[in-house]
Amino acid sequence: MPDMVSLDRAGPQQRQFNPYSDNGGTILAIAGADFSVIAGDTRQSEGYNIQTRYAPKVFKLTDKAVLAVNGFAADGNMFVKRVRQRLEWYRHAHAKDMPLRAIARLIQTMLYGRRFFPYYVYNILGGIEEDGSGAVYSFDPVGSYERESCRAAGAAQSLVQPFLDNQIYFKNQTAAPGTTHPKHLPLQEVLSLVIDSFTSATERHIEASVGDGLEMYVVLARGSQLQGLENVPNVQEMTTTSDGERIFIIRRELKKD
Amino acid sequence: MDHFPTNWGRPRNDAFDAYGTYPIAQRPYNGPKDTFETGVQRTQQPIVTGTSVLALKYKDGIMMAADNLASYGSLARFKDVERLHSVGNNTVIGAGGDMSDFQYIQSILDSLMIEEFTAQDGHSLGPSEIHEYLSQVMYSRRSKMDPLWNSLIVGGFKDGKRFLSYVDLLGTTYSSSTLATGYGSYIAQPLLRKAVEGYEDVLTEEQAEKIITECLKVLFYRDARSLNKYQIATITAKGVHISESRSMETTWSFAEGIRGYGSQTQ
Amino acid sequence: MAATSVYSSPGFDFSNQLRNNFLTEKGLPLPKATSTGTTIVGCLFEDGIILGADTRATEGPIVADKNCEKIHYITESIRCCGAGTAADTEFVTNFISSNMEMLALTHGRKPRVVTAMTMLKQYLFRYQGHVGAALVLGGVDATGPNLFTIHPHGSTDKLPYVTMGSGSLAAMAVFESGWKANMSREDALQLVKDAISAGIFNDLGSGSNVDACIITANHTEMLRNVEMPNQRVQKEKTYVFRRGTTAWKKENIRDLIVSEDVTPVGTEAMDTS
Repeated sequence: MPDMVSLDRAGPQQRQFNPYSDNGGTILAIAGADFSVIAGDTRQSEGYNIQTRYAPKVFKLTDKAVLAVNGFAADGNMFVKRVRQRLEWYRHAHAKDMPLRAIARLIQTMLYGRRFFPYYVYNILGGIEEDGSGAVYSFDPVGSYERESCRAAGAAQSLVQPFLDNQIYFKNQTAAPGTTHPKHLPLQEVLSLVIDSFTSATERHIEASVGDGLEMYVVLARGSQLQGLENVPNVQEMTTTSDGERIFIIRRELKKD
Repeated sequence: MDHFPTNWGRPRNDAFDAYGTYPIAQRPYNGPKDTFETGVQRTQQPIVTGTSVLALKYKDGIMMAADNLASYGSLARFKDVERLHSVGNNTVIGAGGDMSDFQYIQSILDSLMIEEFTAQDGHSLGPSEIHEYLSQVMYSRRSKMDPLWNSLIVGGFKDGKRFLSYVDLLGTTYSSSTLATGYGSYIAQPLLRKAVEGYEDVLTEEQAEKIITECLKVLFYRDARSLNKYQIATITAKGVHISESRSMETTWSFAEGIRGYGSQTQ
Repeated sequence: MAATSVYSSPGFDFSNQLRNNFLTEKGLPLPKATSTGTTIVGCLFEDGIILGADTRATEGPIVADKNCEKIHYITESIRCCGAGTAADTEFVTNFISSNMEMLALTHGRKPRVVTAMTMLKQYLFRYQGHVGAALVLGGVDATGPNLFTIHPHGSTDKLPYVTMGSGSLAAMAVFESGWKANMSREDALQLVKDAISAGIFNDLGSGSNVDACIITANHTEMLRNVEMPNQRVQKEKTYVFRRGTTAWKKENIRDLIVSEDVTPVGTEAMDTS
């Protein structure tokens, strides 16, 4: 029957093994004047299935650098493992931790090294620069990167990033006459925005879902005040040295549906 | 005629449409081709397969279960296959997916354990080390585009700590207090989570066994590639124990009352 | 574009399918419909039927409606849970509900569940699966309690407990381990709640609240949001924007009050003779 011609590619069908998968989740980082907040949810999913309700996506690299990875979990874990190995080698060679901007460039070269079989991972690196300022670096899977004030990545990026653009960069907001928008927000404000980003994304995003738990790392610059961090519930200090930057983790529950 | 210049002036498919009256012509496929596709043989699909493996944490350690069926497509081919395998004295791995790949994994793990034993350095590989090793093997094979087509659960008990984790053909890993592979992740995992989450430290071996057999039974009712003949492994401070094969009771009496699929009553 | 064929065959005209496939392949997919990646269930108990549903409607990965109603009215004692394309489940249940009412008025007695089932399956079969409705139909009529599932292609099942949607496996696991013949109303309702909850917490396509509907011979009880385990938490901040936040390029104020001066011409009194 001539009517039945289809546009399907004729010939033998080859079923190929797909080495990638999408494990959902969302990560987010915001830089302040002398701190940096890096957060991620803890759900790992595949399709409509929850694999586990607790699989961390945010990892402490050094006392001043935290890396959040999102996308294909196997690649993400392997990538973090290799970055950590390179940082350890650096520590043995130079007797100090690698500076944040150097870690960022390292991550670029490592990602681009796999240009033709990429790590299917979106990276966000947060921490404190050598000048004591809070910094966030965001990467694409093949290594293009830039320093920013805030960045969301992952399943709910399209929901969270516009919200951050509006609340951090004050996009589409005119300042009151005679005033200007602040360049950096205080820590308490930033933590509130991070929590609201995740609770809202949990409300409206399902498939590559967001939920179960939230982990927020806070990196404070050397010598800066706690800025109310001591009163936050479920805060835990992860610092290993006594005279450098300080690192804290805050854990929250998210909805489980 | 279409708006793709490469197709302009080309004859349409003469086989059935010599005069080109058909609106959209069939064109030869000029997309990417793998020149060497016939050169190397890789696992493109699993052949003889096992279905779900279930595992949970309980008070004294880890309990794991799998049935004894290896299917060949929809054929129930082998009904006495052991899909739980002990590695050393503290670890059990359970496998779904391709059974030949699983046997290969068993052999490399056995070699590994022998090699570690001959070192006689006072160390022995525990469940977390075996899981780490396995996940590296699985990830590197997927990166060579030559995967070992399995979903594996590694359970163990060493130095007073329970260990339960998953790894599959993509190298994806995760752990939680209950795990299930294959159809088990859709059917058994909801039941396991409800029965186990929050009770990991109070469930006794009897309670855990009741939960896991109930899940196996539900799987037997609903997974067409499953069998009511199964084994249960426990890993506790006392070591590894994998049970003999056993069969479960099932009831089908409700089917007596069903007549047809619609208006039929007799 | 030339006509597909001079000869027009009887039955459905699929000529646009070719064009649509072509456009899809060239990167112009058809608009996506709201689909209810759902958990819906139904089960028999000692004096009737209980239906259950979650309340999440999705559009791809986005939650389109956090509290939608998936248990649709057919007649007073027949209800239908819908999974699949929201528009199709809503339309098809509404359409059959209307036809069932007409049937009741024509015959002067209550139509049966099998009638609704037959009308639904014939309608769905006619559209060869293109009407994407997966249904759980339940009710009590002169013949007693009846429970069916109807698949998008028109096939049906008659079973004592059924589930459908993306959470059907999770919910069926609960039924397989917990359902017994002739359960009490309380036990059956709890089982339905547990089955839907299993879908809500284990299937990403299902979420939010539990709806249930208990149908007995002389009473139907719709339990909307019988369980709400996923209430939104309080936001950390309040997001109020200062008046004047939105910038503008020009301002134009128009007077919309129309005024008219009326000048009386003559002054003589009205002629009332």
